[in-house]
Amino acid sequence: MKVGVLALQGDVAEHLSAMKRAIRRRGEVIAVKKAEQVSKLDGLVIPGGESTTIGKLIQKYGIDKAIHANPELAIFGTCAGAILLAKEIEGYEQFSLKLMDITVARNAFGRQRESFEVDLTIPALGEKPFHAVFIRAPIITRAGKGVEVLARVDDAIVLARQGRYLACAFHPELTRDSRLHRYFADIAAGNL
Amino acid sequence: MKKGTVKVKRGLAQMLKGGVIMDVTNAEQAGIAEDAGAVAVMALEKVPADIRAAGGVARMADPAKIQEIMDAVSIPVMAKVRIGHFAEAQILEAMGVDFIDESEVLTPADEQNHIDKHKFKVPFVCGARNLGEALRRIAEGAAMIRTKGEAGSGNIVEAVRHMRLVMGEIRRLKSMREDELYYAAKELQAPLDLVRETAKLGRLPVVNFAAGGIATPADASLMMQLGADGIFVGSGIFKSSDPEARARAIVEATTHYDDFELLAEISKGIGEPMKGLDIRQLKPEELLQVRGV
Repeated sequence: MKVGVLALQGDVAEHLSAMKRAIRRRGEVIAVKKAEQVSKLDGLVIPGGESTTIGKLIQKYGIDKAIHANPELAIFGTCAGAILLAKEIEGYEQFSLKLMDITVARNAFGRQRESFEVDLTIPALGEKPFHAVFIRAPIITRAGKGVEVLARVDDAIVLARQGRYLACAFHPELTRDSRLHRYFADIAAGNL
Repeated sequence: MKKGTVKVKRGLAQMLKGGVIMDVTNAEQAGIAEDAGAVAVMALEKVPADIRAAGGVARMADPAKIQEIMDAVSIPVMAKVRIGHFAEAQILEAMGVDFIDESEVLTPADEQNHIDKHKFKVPFVCGARNLGEALRRIAEGAAMIRTKGEAGSGNIVEAVRHMRLVMGEIRRLKSMREDELYYAAKELQAPLDLVRETAKLGRLPVVNFAAGGIATPADASLMMQLGADGIFVGSGIFKSSDPEARARAIVEATTHYDDFELLAEISKGIGEPMKGLDIRQLKPEELLQVRGV
């Protein structure tokens, strides 16, 4: 198995080490900057960062076309990455890959001073709570047919899956808990 | 639910890595920066080159000006306060500014004490010329460090000096025995726990950007290759002949800093850079980097 971390902007190093911890000897983890690297991947992580910046660089270097041309590719988007997976973004005219039938609201909890940490219940990962870090985080305001909601904060959806796509409003790469990265590795490997 | 923790403050800086933060003085410039792919903007009344030219006391920008910029863009907005001026910082936090730069570019308000940044929910970035300064600022609660360079000079030489010093001192710490770190902490005038953490990590415990004199895509590449996590461009964009093209080029150069064929393409036809200053011709009292050590 080969999993890439999109390395255009954002917390790439954190995702590379979290993914390596999660898959160990099951496969290889690489940083992805070029469109031609995408065709060889089973999974791609789109990290946290600024969705407007990453979106522009994705288009500029044809990475969007390479992603759409790889029908087997599993994608894990965290924060900015979740925004880039969404079909619709509330209130902004900005690029997204439109791969998941979800609508997202950016900066949904407010500005940076409202950023927070909280323990989440994620039944798909077992009973132990998942410590989640939300930074200027988006939420998923609409989940279409075929989208499985995996976690919420109050009523807001913060983790959802549609087939081989996983959208996450928080940053599992900022904690030592590898369960969500392992969950994605299982999706990318076709085991889940 | 816990807000304003060390993790969420340092975390926002981590999300800015590999990106470019641009100085802007109004909503129109903020829009240009966002469209070019900036990861954040620094809201100012004047860019550093104009602050330098104007002289007098440089203070926090008018909150109305900062608000105009906050309303114009969806990316994080930073703003500067004077060193030690915690009341300016309290005002910016109350406004919801996303990141505060306690900056030597403004006239210091306190010649001994920096702001106790642990008291704030909003994260702070501070300038540093060497590892000791960087670790002292982190001890005070800074969630991000940048080189001081020499702001408003358009000259990369000081940013290079500061980045090489910080990275070189970290490499030296890494090579030391445990029992040598006590003396190293004394020499650096930095807390022992942070010296130990830096030696163990082999890098600063927070994100470290380059700032102060970046004017071209090649400057951005140079700083990234020297170990910067990302780039601040102050006067370099809006003091150049074609700000849109230069802003886009510096964003791309920061991402693809080690692809030299691509950098050659990126660097073509982006107009004239800002003129810049020879640091050796500045009088000692004109240097901004010596403020707040």
